[in-house]
Amino acid sequence: MKIHEYQAKDLFRKAGVAVLRGKVAATADEAAAAYGELGGELAVVKAQIHAGGRGKGTMKEKPEQRGVQLVRSADEAKKAAGNILGNTLVTIQTGAEGKTVNRVFVEEGCQIARELYLGIVLDRAAAMPVLMVSTEGGVEIEKVAEETPHLIHKVHFDPHVGLQSYQVRKLCYKLGIPSSSFASADKFMRALCRLYVSLDCSLVEINPLVITKSGELVALDGKVSFDDNAMFRHKELAELRDLSEEDPAEVRASNTGLSYVKLDGNIGCLVNGAGLAMSTMDIIKLHGGEPANFLDVGGGANEQQVTEAFRIILSDPNVKGVLVNIFGGIARCTTIASAIVAASKAVGFSVPLVVRLEGTEVEEGKKILRESGVKLITADDLTDAAKKVVAAVKQ
Amino acid sequence: MSILVNENTRVICQGITGKAGAFHTKGCKDYGTKMVGGVTPGKGGETVEGLPVFDTVTEAVEKTGANASMIFVPAAFTADAILEALDAGIEVICAITEGVPVLDMVRVYELVRRSNSVLIGPNCPGVITPGSCKIGIMPGYIHKPGKIGIMSRSGTLTYEAVWQTTNLGLGQSTCVGLGGDPIVGTNYIDLFRRYEDDPQTEAILMIGEIGGTAEEEAAAYVKAHVSKPVAAFIAGRTAPPGRRMGHAGAIISGGKGTAAEKVAALKDAGIEVADSPADMGAAVAKALGKKRK
Repeated sequence: MKIHEYQAKDLFRKAGVAVLRGKVAATADEAAAAYGELGGELAVVKAQIHAGGRGKGTMKEKPEQRGVQLVRSADEAKKAAGNILGNTLVTIQTGAEGKTVNRVFVEEGCQIARELYLGIVLDRAAAMPVLMVSTEGGVEIEKVAEETPHLIHKVHFDPHVGLQSYQVRKLCYKLGIPSSSFASADKFMRALCRLYVSLDCSLVEINPLVITKSGELVALDGKVSFDDNAMFRHKELAELRDLSEEDPAEVRASNTGLSYVKLDGNIGCLVNGAGLAMSTMDIIKLHGGEPANFLDVGGGANEQQVTEAFRIILSDPNVKGVLVNIFGGIARCTTIASAIVAASKAVGFSVPLVVRLEGTEVEEGKKILRESGVKLITADDLTDAAKKVVAAVKQ
Repeated sequence: MSILVNENTRVICQGITGKAGAFHTKGCKDYGTKMVGGVTPGKGGETVEGLPVFDTVTEAVEKTGANASMIFVPAAFTADAILEALDAGIEVICAITEGVPVLDMVRVYELVRRSNSVLIGPNCPGVITPGSCKIGIMPGYIHKPGKIGIMSRSGTLTYEAVWQTTNLGLGQSTCVGLGGDPIVGTNYIDLFRRYEDDPQTEAILMIGEIGGTAEEEAAAYVKAHVSKPVAAFIAGRTAPPGRRMGHAGAIISGGKGTAAEKVAALKDAGIEVADSPADMGAAVAKALGKKRK
């Protein structure tokens, strides 16, 4: 689960990680009032969306307006917020369609001496969290990793033990942070690593992390996402979820226990198992088609789930054909076949439906499909299924 | 021979009184696995499928001589169940449960690696030596005793591969579902070592997917240390970056973990890579004809 910058900074503040003062605003007037409350001359109005690259991104409706704007008066704050709120921000991470901005964060300015990068992620190979820092703050870290990997410095930390002071010093020397700022860096980085562990984060990223002219480390940005599997022990974080940031079909799928990811093609897929679902997309592509989605109905798919899965797939107007690929293990082909029949009757198919069944009780399952009267194309194996659905869509 | 489990493996189920635990205990027992009991705290003294239930794993081991466990407890308690099995000296611990918090696995992983026990999973279908011992949720009948070692991060895709090798008459020595999570107890390299030493295994089929670098590391290991023929398939060539494809571990992040990188690394190691999931069996059959060194 991802959260907004203003929410992340709230968590940072509570955890003892230095942030600037700021206020969230949903209207231009609120933004102007927020500027007044902050009291300084310089402030920054920042669009709140779940994607990076906001500073360089522009508003689709007002191309001269960027997603992050320095302001020096309440009027300027109001104008910037007015341009941003309710409009669509397009950044390198949002895709061309962009994202609607519902809130801005108005934050006080600060005197920046240096901009750095900091990120905490799980290092899968080491099976430990890793803290990464770089002198190349404010730019795309993927680019730094690709072109100048030696500029990224890493330390792993054990979640029980936490980040140690010597590790912070090590990173400070690499970054050329003067010893007068060590105490600030120690407090900042260790608190952030504790937050990563205590809240079951999957990512904490601060880009840029700045060192102010007075030598303090401050989080100028904040990106946090959580491990969905751990949300059961963080009920308080559930309210931070912003459903407007998520694809409605994906939200609907997750509520039914389905795993769905929308793609750009025109062949809908309904598969049991994540690996097989990915492979089904791959084999469609291999035979000249384009998958419209990833959809895993899970191991014990029942009629209700299959029906909902069909509805979700068909809610995508691009879908011109559907491929059902089931390898019945614990879930029997007969159960799946009955579910397909009932679901297709309930949903009412307007596009070709190709079904490939294999596994437990496959013959009985195929018989159910044949005798159902539902118009569908059966396939003998994976390749046959892919070829048939690609051909059906091209007709 | 086989790896990890055989006809002498004595298996308990942690979470045996739950719906899934009871159902799959019966499935394994029916297949011919030596199921010897189960554990659910507070339900010691009951029986499930004619098997005794114990309060603790230690007690189950003392009374039944169990040396393997399959875990069906809810995700919130899975780390605890793994550590309990470890503490009781269970040799092969199979965690089927999906949805375990990844930091729980960070905590468990170090302890498992320092022990003599092997953890398979979590979020996996289990392990099976066809005709001898099935621990997990895979449909037993698609398997056939034979010469291919199969390992995979996926469930149903493994069944697909198993079915293909069965239909080609090759059969399987032991099939292992590694699990779809970012951190799992056993990786490809651990199993390459075992398959290499197993006389029954004549060729190895590894099934990978996008996310992480486990396949690249495995490829480097194969290049340096594996003499038996190896074939592979990587799922997710069409997966978009930054999106989680069902499995918690199946995500391309920061441009890393793509199928293309993995396929290139595998081919570079002399591994026969199937382009289509329909050709996994054919690829391993083809590899079987060629000695690597």
